[in-house]
Amino acid sequence: MTSSSVHADAAPEADSHAHHAPQSFWSKYIFSVDHKIIGLQYTLTGIFMAVVGVYMSYVFRMHLANPAAHIPFYGVLSPAAYNSLVTNHGTIMIFWVAMPILLAGLGNYCIPLMIGCDDMVFPRVNRLSFQVFFLSTVLLLVGFMAPGGAFGGAWTSYPPLSAKVEYNLTPHGNVIWLLAVALEIVAFLLGGINFVTTAMNSRAKGMKMFDMPVLVWMIVIATIIFMMSVGPLVAGAVMLLLDQTLGTHFFAAQGGDPVLWQHLFWFFGHPEVYVLLLPELGVVCEIICVFSRKPLFGYKTIVYTTFMVGILSMIVWAHHQFIAGIDPRMASIFSLTTIIISIPVAVIMFAMIATLFKGSIEFKVPMLWAIGLIVEFLLGGVTGIYLGSSALDVYFHDTYFVVAHFHYTLIPLVAFGGFAIFTYYFPKVTGKMLDERLGRIHFWGSAIAFNFIFIPLFFSGLAGEHRRIYDYSGFAELTTPHMQSLRTMATHALLVMIAFQIPFVINVIKSLLKGAPAGANPWKANTLEWTADSPPPHGNWAELPEVYRGPYEYSVPGREQDYWPQNAAN
Amino acid sequence: MSAFQVPIATNRCATGIPTGRLAIWWVLASEIVIFGGLVTCYLLFRFRHPEWAAEAEHTKLAAGALNTFVLLTSSLFVVLAHVAACNKDTVNARKYLIWTILGGLIFLCVKAYEYTSEISHGYTITRSVFWAFYYTATALHGLHVIGGMTIMGLILPDVAKGKNLQRVEYIGIYWHFVDVVWLFLFPLFYIASAAS
Repeated sequence: MTSSSVHADAAPEADSHAHHAPQSFWSKYIFSVDHKIIGLQYTLTGIFMAVVGVYMSYVFRMHLANPAAHIPFYGVLSPAAYNSLVTNHGTIMIFWVAMPILLAGLGNYCIPLMIGCDDMVFPRVNRLSFQVFFLSTVLLLVGFMAPGGAFGGAWTSYPPLSAKVEYNLTPHGNVIWLLAVALEIVAFLLGGINFVTTAMNSRAKGMKMFDMPVLVWMIVIATIIFMMSVGPLVAGAVMLLLDQTLGTHFFAAQGGDPVLWQHLFWFFGHPEVYVLLLPELGVVCEIICVFSRKPLFGYKTIVYTTFMVGILSMIVWAHHQFIAGIDPRMASIFSLTTIIISIPVAVIMFAMIATLFKGSIEFKVPMLWAIGLIVEFLLGGVTGIYLGSSALDVYFHDTYFVVAHFHYTLIPLVAFGGFAIFTYYFPKVTGKMLDERLGRIHFWGSAIAFNFIFIPLFFSGLAGEHRRIYDYSGFAELTTPHMQSLRTMATHALLVMIAFQIPFVINVIKSLLKGAPAGANPWKANTLEWTADSPPPHGNWAELPEVYRGPYEYSVPGREQDYWPQNAAN
Repeated sequence: MSAFQVPIATNRCATGIPTGRLAIWWVLASEIVIFGGLVTCYLLFRFRHPEWAAEAEHTKLAAGALNTFVLLTSSLFVVLAHVAACNKDTVNARKYLIWTILGGLIFLCVKAYEYTSEISHGYTITRSVFWAFYYTATALHGLHVIGGMTIMGLILPDVAKGKNLQRVEYIGIYWHFVDVVWLFLFPLFYIASAAS
């Protein structure tokens, strides 16, 4: 059988593996080339930035519920600071929370463990990737200390607002913001090449492409989508930087074209949604198989459908520009592609539901988050159909309906998915079990509060409330008690959701200190990462595993156990 | 810090393609979309602005043609370096890599002469969007030339000792890419002008 957790405490130096075990604290945790440590570095940086991003949303939601009031832990919010908080909230949550946790952290930690090798193929490129990412994080936060303040031209950074200091009034903030985003993209390109190459070339002996867990497929496809869509934005970032610093007119009305930036940004920006979606769907696939003790329904269908999502995601971007003056004939085409892309995503969702059908379902905490993700994401996806229709979008564009829609897609992915990953892999990473009761309190409290934040915003958007407005007092129809009550409800629900993170923090601290030992395979899962010790030592296995079967052989008739690890000879 | 040891993962080869070659092709794939995005933007503008043909007359066709010749020749040298590396002929591999670097150097000198002369005649980056595209595209390409030369310089000592000879092939693939990008930029910015 597999190695037991007894070995977990054995010093890695004692292990006969070819890898050198790093010695000092610095080389082990700060300048590590080990994929697990780099994954954790990404994840912890992402969690830190999540706290920063949530704090920002706390400040501006408090302001919107009660304008001009003194906000506890902040003070009075000025219009310029409101703009920079809204802008950086979006930037941080997408680029510095979702990307590092869902793609870089998860991918780094899981890919080598899931395909049975000792590290990424280029460990030093991997380390460089995190270092560039860390630099970009510092740079973004430095923007808040720059004279004139942090950039406040929205996370989409549309010119001419972002290009001309006369308009955005942040002479340094706009350049720093752009450089930070560019560096962040460089970091993920370096990491992405590693991900794809590792999954293609370094699988364990006996593991074919279709023996990889769906999670690895999803991360690889997400990485390819990222690499194939971010290039034009890199070019666009160089052009915008020249507009800002040297005074060229790429995106100015004098000779250039402001809408060009919107095309470049969304050519990346929309596939990016699928870059964040796919790893999460992969995690959900793993979790629902493990906790319903059933093989994944339609493994190959899911993989092929995911490729379809990737291809379609490249041709939907202009649905962000329905009111930017694009040709109505083009708008119709993009409406069509936008609505078509819901078909492959729906196929994946149905495959998940079919996996659950007649399974022996156990509602452990990771399973709750995974099911919660499917349910809430469905609501986000369905409201997207309205926005994808070019006629309806004329009305909905830039209202709180849009805000509610994308938070209904991204919070299930980033928060629900992030907690699903966290609670599922916590035993592997730390060797300790989390407390189930505190976990359930955390799940139900957060999930219910989340709905009360954004359902009111759907209604205020339908009533015509424009996003990015600092003060509504100038608009008579938006200052009615009804509209104000919607805003207040969202803010109160946010406070409740933040409060429900306390059980989570207590749970993590308590489990780290005196959680029950997890053992190598607490969930009785098949995939290879559960055959390594918890936590896995440097080099992952004393002897690298050999694979005999696919990852989802649960409840095989005639077997004593209801699971069959990929590396078990019989 | 303890000495770095190559993990087992790096030398696995499930696809049959060496990991380094596979990775360099993925690097090129992501580079293609960067230059692809830039060139597509330029083309969309160019179709809308026929008057840019007159601007393109002021780029130096002869210098550009010379540079095309220099860059293509340097690509020949990098292939010769690859052939030598395949035969474990470290002396010739090193020699041809140095000649490739020299090719890159001549290219950059000619480019510097072009820039100087254009700027001194008032064709600066802010003159019009055509010149903004010209400087952005050629400078981004120039940075890739400098990057390729730097990497060749870094691998030279190992090549001379006969270590990691596969790197000659990888840098060669990259250098061809830099070459191909130029083969797009040269017609777009030099040949397609009112004069031709």
